[in-house]
This record gives sequence, C-alpha cells and structure tokens, in this order.
Amino acid sequence: MSAATLKLGRFTASPCGGVAMSIHGQETVMRPSGALWLPETRTLVVADLHLEKGSAFAVRGQLLPPYDSAETLGRLEAETRATGARVVVLLGDSFHDARSEARMAASDGEAIRSLAVGRSLVWIVGNHDSEGPRSLPGDILDEMDLGALRLRHEPFAGLQPGEVAGHLHPCARLVGRGRAVRRRCFATDGQRLILPAFGAYAGGLNIRDRAYTGLFETPPLAIALGQGRAHPLAFGMLGDD
Amino acid sequence: MTFAAPAAPLPDRFNAWFESRGWSPRSHQLEMVAAARSGQHALLIAPTGGGKTLAGFLPSLIALTERPPANTPRGIHTLYISPLKALAVDVERNLMIPIAEMGLDIVAESRTGDTGVARKQRQKLRPPDILLTTPEQLALFCAWEGARQYFEDLSCVIIDEVHAIWPSKRGDLLSLALARLQVFAPGLRRVGLSATVEDPDVIRRWLSPGPPSPAIETPSSPDRGLAVRLVRGPPGPLPQIDVLIADGRVPWAGHTAHHAMPDVYEVLKRHKTSLIFVNTRFQAEFAFQELWKINDDGLAIALHHGSLAAEQRRKVEAAMARGELRAVVCTSTLDLGIDWGDVDLVIQLAAPKGASRMVQRIGRANHRLDEPSRALFVPANRFEVLECEAAREAIAENAFDPEPAHVGALDILAQHIMGCAISESFDPLALFEELRTAGPYHDLAWEDFETVVEFVSSGGYALRTYDRFRRIVRGPDGQWRVRDAQTALRHRMNVGAILSPAVLSIRLAGRKGQPGRKIGEVEEGYLEMLEPGDTFIFAGGVWRLQGVTATDALVTPAPADDPKLPSWGGSKFALSTFLAAKVRRMMSDPAYWRDLPGDVREWLEIQQLRSRIPGPDQMLLETFNRGKRCFLVCYPFEGRLAHTTLAMLLTRRLDRLKVGPLGFVANDYALAIWSLKPMEDLDFSALFDQDMLGDDLEAWLDESFMMKRAFKGCALLSGLIERRMPGSEKSGRQVTFSTDLIFDVLRRHQPDHLLLRCARTDAASGMIDVARVGQMLTRIRGQILHSPLTQVSPFAVPLMLEIGRERVGGEAAEMMLAEAADELIAEAMT
Repeated sequence: MSAATLKLGRFTASPCGGVAMSIHGQETVMRPSGALWLPETRTLVVADLHLEKGSAFAVRGQLLPPYDSAETLGRLEAETRATGARVVVLLGDSFHDARSEARMAASDGEAIRSLAVGRSLVWIVGNHDSEGPRSLPGDILDEMDLGALRLRHEPFAGLQPGEVAGHLHPCARLVGRGRAVRRRCFATDGQRLILPAFGAYAGGLNIRDRAYTGLFETPPLAIALGQGRAHPLAFGMLGDD
Repeated sequence: MTFAAPAAPLPDRFNAWFESRGWSPRSHQLEMVAAARSGQHALLIAPTGGGKTLAGFLPSLIALTERPPANTPRGIHTLYISPLKALAVDVERNLMIPIAEMGLDIVAESRTGDTGVARKQRQKLRPPDILLTTPEQLALFCAWEGARQYFEDLSCVIIDEVHAIWPSKRGDLLSLALARLQVFAPGLRRVGLSATVEDPDVIRRWLSPGPPSPAIETPSSPDRGLAVRLVRGPPGPLPQIDVLIADGRVPWAGHTAHHAMPDVYEVLKRHKTSLIFVNTRFQAEFAFQELWKINDDGLAIALHHGSLAAEQRRKVEAAMARGELRAVVCTSTLDLGIDWGDVDLVIQLAAPKGASRMVQRIGRANHRLDEPSRALFVPANRFEVLECEAAREAIAENAFDPEPAHVGALDILAQHIMGCAISESFDPLALFEELRTAGPYHDLAWEDFETVVEFVSSGGYALRTYDRFRRIVRGPDGQWRVRDAQTALRHRMNVGAILSPAVLSIRLAGRKGQPGRKIGEVEEGYLEMLEPGDTFIFAGGVWRLQGVTATDALVTPAPADDPKLPSWGGSKFALSTFLAAKVRRMMSDPAYWRDLPGDVREWLEIQQLRSRIPGPDQMLLETFNRGKRCFLVCYPFEGRLAHTTLAMLLTRRLDRLKVGPLGFVANDYALAIWSLKPMEDLDFSALFDQDMLGDDLEAWLDESFMMKRAFKGCALLSGLIERRMPGSEKSGRQVTFSTDLIFDVLRRHQPDHLLLRCARTDAASGMIDVARVGQMLTRIRGQILHSPLTQVSPFAVPLMLEIGRERVGGEAAEMMLAEAADELIAEAMT
C-alpha cells in the first residue's frame, strides 16, 4: 500500500502492518493489535481492557474461562516490547468493575507492575473503573493532553477535534462473497479518533450504530483489525449488524 | 423373534370397541399387550398407518382400567414422549377417542412448552394418569425437587418416533432422563415406537436400561438390547415410485430442478393433495415461487420450512388438516409429524440423499396400510438421475441406510448432572452407575465423569481461581448439591438440547423506517450474505432488504424484481454411504445404462470414450489443463461435507508440494482443485494417504469457523453460556461474539478443556464428516484410477459450472478485508 489521500486525510501502511495517519495534525500509527502508537512521544495507548470480566461473570455463576486478564496483559506486554514505549496510557475501563483488582490473580498483578518498570503508566478512568486502581503503580487521571491530542475515556458529544477516546468498542462489518466479517476497528475522520477495545472479552458496537451519530464531520474511516494487518475500510462499504 | 407369545386376549370392553369401529386388533397390537403382561420392555417397528400409536397405548389403557380403586391420589402411570410438541398435542386428541368411546376413567393430558402455568401447576399437584410431553419437559421434571416422589408410581414410558430422536443430543438427554426415571421407579417399562430401520438392535440397545452393575467390566455379557422385546408391525405394500424426466431432458448441473416445474405442476393438477419435499429452505422458496408463476389454475399451494414464523407454519398445517390445500412445498420440517389422511402423492424435488429418509417421507402419503404410497422423484441433474434410481432400487429391496454409531455427548451430560444436583443431592459413585445404564453413556469412563462434574462445579479450569464460585458444592457427607436457589433457577431457564439459531423477524419497513407488520422469522444466517438494497425471496414473495436492526430485518415489497439468488449450496443432507455405493455400482455397469434417459446414457458413454468409467470400488481421478490453470478432479461420491474437508486437507498438502493450489469446489459427488502447476505426475496414493487425518486435520480444524460454531453449541448446552437469564432474554446475536472471544482465549490457554474436546467431536462428526473421509481413504487405497486428459470430461462439467459460484474457504475473511482495503486505496489514488 502506498500513500493514499482521502478527503479526511492521508494514510500510509506502516511496516508493523498498521496504518499510519495524521490525526488533528499529530502523527499516529494504528496497530493491528488495536493499540495506538504515538511515535513523537513514544506513547502506546490502549482502551477498554476490561480486566477480570471473566471473573465478574463467575461471581454471578457463569463460569467463563478465567484466562482473559492474562491474555489481555500478555498482548499489551508484547505491544510494549515491540514498540519500545516509554509511556503506556490505559484509556479507561481498564477494569471491568470496582472489585476487579481484588479478584485479579497475583501473577496478573505482577505483569502490570513489570509493565511499569522503566516507563510510566497512566490510568485514565472510565465508567467501569471510575476510581482507578488502588494498589497498582501509575498515575490516575481523568484526561490527558499529549501534543495536539486530548486523551479521555468517553467521547464528548459533537465534534471534538483532537480527541482520542475509547468507551464505544467500535467494530465494522463487511459483507461480500457470501459471507460477513465483523472485526474490531479504529474509527476516525482525521480529526478525532475512537479506539477499539483491547480486552479479550470486550464486545463490539457497530460503527453504524446511532451511538456514533454526530461524532464525526465526515463519515469515518474504519481501520479494521486483521491478522497482522490493519485494513482501512470506507464507511460506505460497511454493513449493519 | 423368540417370544412367539400367544396373543393376550383383550378385555371385553376393548374387543367391543374394536368391533364397534369395524376393526379387529392387529397382531402387533396384541403382541404389545402380551409384552406388557410379561413386564417386558418393547420396541415396535411399524410403518406409518399401522395403528402404531394405539399399539403403544393399548397396554396402558388396559392396565389403567384393571387397577384396583385407590383411596389416595395416584401418580402418573404412563409417560408419553414425543419429539414434536404438535405431535404430543395431536396424540392427546387421538387418545381421547378410545377413552371417551369406551367410557374409561382415565385422565390423559399433554404438557409442552406452550402449556399454561395454571395447568402445569395442577399437573404437578394432581398428576394425570397419562402425561404426554417432550424430552425438554422431562429434563425439567428431572431438575425438580419433587421428581422422585412424582414418578415413583410410573409404570410405563412410551417414546414415539424413537428412530428420529435416539442418535442426537436430544436422544442423549432423553436417555439420561430415562435412567433417572428407572431409579425412581425400578419396575418402569420402556416402550419405543419406531419407523422401519435397517438395524432395530441399535435402537433396542439405546432403549434398554442397561446392566445392573455397570461399573464392573462385562465384556462378554449378553447383548443388552435383548432385554427389549422386538415387535414388528406388518410391512405394508411397497411404495410405488416413478422418476420424472421432464421433457426427456436432464440438465448438466444445478440443484433446483427448475426445468421440471411445468411437468411437476401438471402432476399436481392430477392429484388431490401432494407434499413436495426439497432439501433446503432456499430450494423450498425457489420451488414455491416457480410453481406460483405457472399456477394458472390457482391451485392452493403452500410453503412450509423452518425459517418461517411458527404461527405461519401452524396456519399451513391447519389448512392442510382441513383438506384445503392441493400441495405444500416443504423441507424436513414435515418429515415427522401428525397424520394427514388425504395426501395421495409425495414428490421429492432433487436428490433423495438417503433411502431411510425417503421411506419416511413417502410414508407421509396415504396413511392406509393396505394401499401403496405413491411417490415421484424429480432429479435436478444427471448424477441425481443415478441417485434417484439407486434410491428407488433400495426402497424396492426394502434396504435402508445403516445408522452410524452414536456416543453420548459430554456437554449434555454436564447439563443433566446439574439438573440432578438441583433435584436432590447426589453421591458421585451412585450417579456414575446410574449414568452408565443409559445407552449412549454405557462406556462412560470415570475420569470423564469426574471431569464433567468438575466442569459443572467450577468450570473445569486448570487455573483453579473459581473454587469460591462453585455452582455445585460437595458437602461433608460426600454428596454434591446445588449452591443456591438462584443457580437452580438459572439452570431451569436453560434446559434442553435444541439449539435454536438466532432469529430475526422480517418486518415491513414503515414510514421513517420503523418496523411494521411482521412477515415471518428467519435464522440470522439466511440473510447474512445480503446487503441492504438486495432483493431476496422469502415466504413466497420478493423483498428488498432495507436494513437490519438488533431484532428485525426491515424490508419493502419488490414484486417486479428478479431476486438475487443466495448461493445454492445443494443439499444439507449428505448422500448416504449406502446410496453412494449403489450409485457407483450402477454407474460402473453399462448393462444398467439401457434403462436410463437418453441424454444421461449418452453422457455416460461419452465419459467412457473421453475418460474412464471407474469400477464400483475405484475412485476416478482426472487431471487436465484449462485456460492457464491445471485441474485435478476426483469422484469419491461421499457427500459435500466430506468432499469439502478432503479438499481443504488436499490443498494444504499440495501447497507443501509447491504445486500452488489456487482454489477448490466440491459437490455431493466430486471435488475439483485447481493450481498453477500441473498435477498429473504426483504420487496420488501418497497424496490420498490416510495420514492426512493426523496433524493437518487438527491444525485446520482448530482454525476453522466450524469449530467456533460447534463450540458455541457446546457452551450453550453445557451451561457455560446461558441462553436465557431470569428477567432478561438474551438474543442469540448477543451470544455470537462472546463465545468466539471465549473460544479464542480458551484455545490458547487450555486446549484440552472439556468444551473444546466436545466441540472437536461435534465438528468432526457433524460439520466436516471426518469419519466419512477416513472410511473413504481406506476404501480407495490402491483403487485410484488416474485418467490424464487433454480436455474436460463429461463428468467434470457439472463441477466446472459450479466454479465461481463457490467461495474458497481458509483465509477468505482476511482476503475480503484486504481486497476491500485495496479497493479503497485504488479509489483514493485515482
């Protein structure tokens, strides 16, 4: 893929399989893992980890496999290593509920502590984890400015140039050749960006849902997560669920 | 049969009743009474129309009239289980006739998912003498605290249509419930009612309550099935079957029999009521549409298939019962069901696929024992002509498809164990022995039992973090019991072995796009390949899809449009091994060709001239080049599922051999693979070696979407995922994504987990037919007949015509994303 220009901006393939694109004037790379890489500040941003979602269901008697936190943290660790990030920003709803931290296995807590070694960890709070972690390292913030970008959990209504948020768990559905593919995706109009959920058990909300109404100036580009590659898809190609 | 019993005389009241109706009791009815008098379990095998249901109930009606008066209320005497709700209700109605006419003091009532709460409550407090219900309701009874007392007087359980239910997960659930009932009422007698089958002993073994001491190895113990007395009804006259060759022509390819519609219509005009069976819902919609296009006489032709709304199906059934319809186009939804006396012709549109199912379908015509049923086969292509002839021959010989072996599923076992723990606390050893008296679980290993109990309790994870969330807990007395009432309630909401796929309502789009009148319901998959703006046929009309919301598909009528046809996947039923062997034999014998239609004979002759005709045990393999591609076509005749699996595995191999396979296509008879490099010099016996079913299969299966689908089913049946939560109905669509995510995580972290084992078993048997591929690879060892060609052979033409209409599996999803992205980029660059 060579450089391509759309009305909403310019994007190129990044060697990591991701899509490099300028958002509100800031260089970004949307990685196939669903993490956002900001090369200038060597910052990695991931949204909606929903750690301990499995055990939250188990409390209520539905015994989902208890491996989701380890899975999510393992992928985060791999992304951190691959990018050499100096800052890791967790963009809210990092924990599925207020008691998640207490339920978490010791080894998963260790994994988070080692992430914080040699780099800074920033916990932006979300609606599921409005207090942030109690005993884990890192700074707890409501939102954070980074160059031309403002990082927060829940997107504000209306156009918000420069805002990078999560919360909505965007996903895209493509129909064709007798089948449909549904994948998590980034959603952006070049001015603001919504990150896909990074957590293993986090579900998705179709970007054609009315929850996205009014957030973008032009129909957003969906950068769908594939195996080792992120695929930019035009909004018009996408289907409803 | 060794029990040549003297016909037990009927009580006077019963004899008089038979006389008043102008009947005399049939020998199998009397033999069923004799079996009951000597306390034997019994399996009755009889064709439809033989008074089978009455034969099943007669012993109970007699016993109930002979019982001494009681001072205290009594429990249920006879439990009748039907696979269909409608059948249970219909049998209730039919049973009331002799009860009323003889003035018997017997209460018979049905209980299904549709029965009202008040009636259900009353049935628990004052049990009827005869209760007619479904396997799911019985499973619910088994998960009830009062079950043991409620059933302690139970004397007889009758399982109707047992041939249709035993080799399935519903059959597993039912057999476990029977084991439970046998513990509550040790003297319980089991009675099975079955259509004609190839090997009744398989069902006898399923029905039998098993050895008394199952934990002890008894390798040479007498066949447990012998504990069930076999009673055969009169065979009835052989059906009269014709094969329709429309206009004397048979098309090369296709599955719709489009060419034959005018001839089929003429046949309908000459009959009172016809059932037109097809093999898929799409075919049903298509045939219905085509027949109405030429319905100049305005015949009342209706449509019946599983994707239609239930109330719509009930309407068709009611109209049929009133004798108002001339024809119904239907799928397997009408294979079983209530009797309609007036059907005088059964039409099978497109290939029969198996002899047993065919007999069952033909039996829907003319429910009178003394007259032959009449049927018409309509082949859609040339291979199907052979298949229709093979089926006709099999039926004339009274030969049936052998039943594959069936082993009880562990996800169903998990559901049952949870139910047991809710009903009363259990001792693991005692429960283990009880479970092994159920046919499908006869060989259950203690280790597997322990694994399932652990799964039910804490999820069965190697990482033991859920011990504090156990759903069933073991007390100091060693007994397992359910954790709390809430857990019990949640289980009861999710009982059953029927997996209903996510369903969307089809509704007219109102103004401003809100949902309007409901037209019907479809399974989600039915619409998956359509995009808004596309047209499709449904419920006999042409509609344009406007959009899909969480629960509705909104449409507008588009009567003038040519509907976009969904991909014609041929039959969902695989050609039976038995019928396939017959087709191969017919094909290999030129003496037989004389009786075939002219163009089919010519097709075979040219095949012989241009390529080869394989012997009955051989597999023909052709190689040729066409355009820039090299083709390999082989003809195993093992059904589309097995062929697709084989093609996937061969493609992996060819890839390793650096042949550069590009794609494949498979149908019921053959498969074709095409590549960049020629394949005629390959070592074919090595290519088709059985070791293909080793690592390649494992690796491919774990990646495949079939595994995800199978896993979802197992997760629901075992109770890992709940279908319904108290107070909040969860739609199937919401379940979809979460089971996929769970599957991915579980596969990486605990690949040997119970549910992944279950999913692998299900996928290997139901979705990719691994056993069939294995048998086939054994069969063709040293029997591959290679025919290198310079051009396409007549046999290969149907397959070549299907190329392009088929998608290639494997990485299709990724490719689709990449192509869509490239399209966008191309657009952006211009």
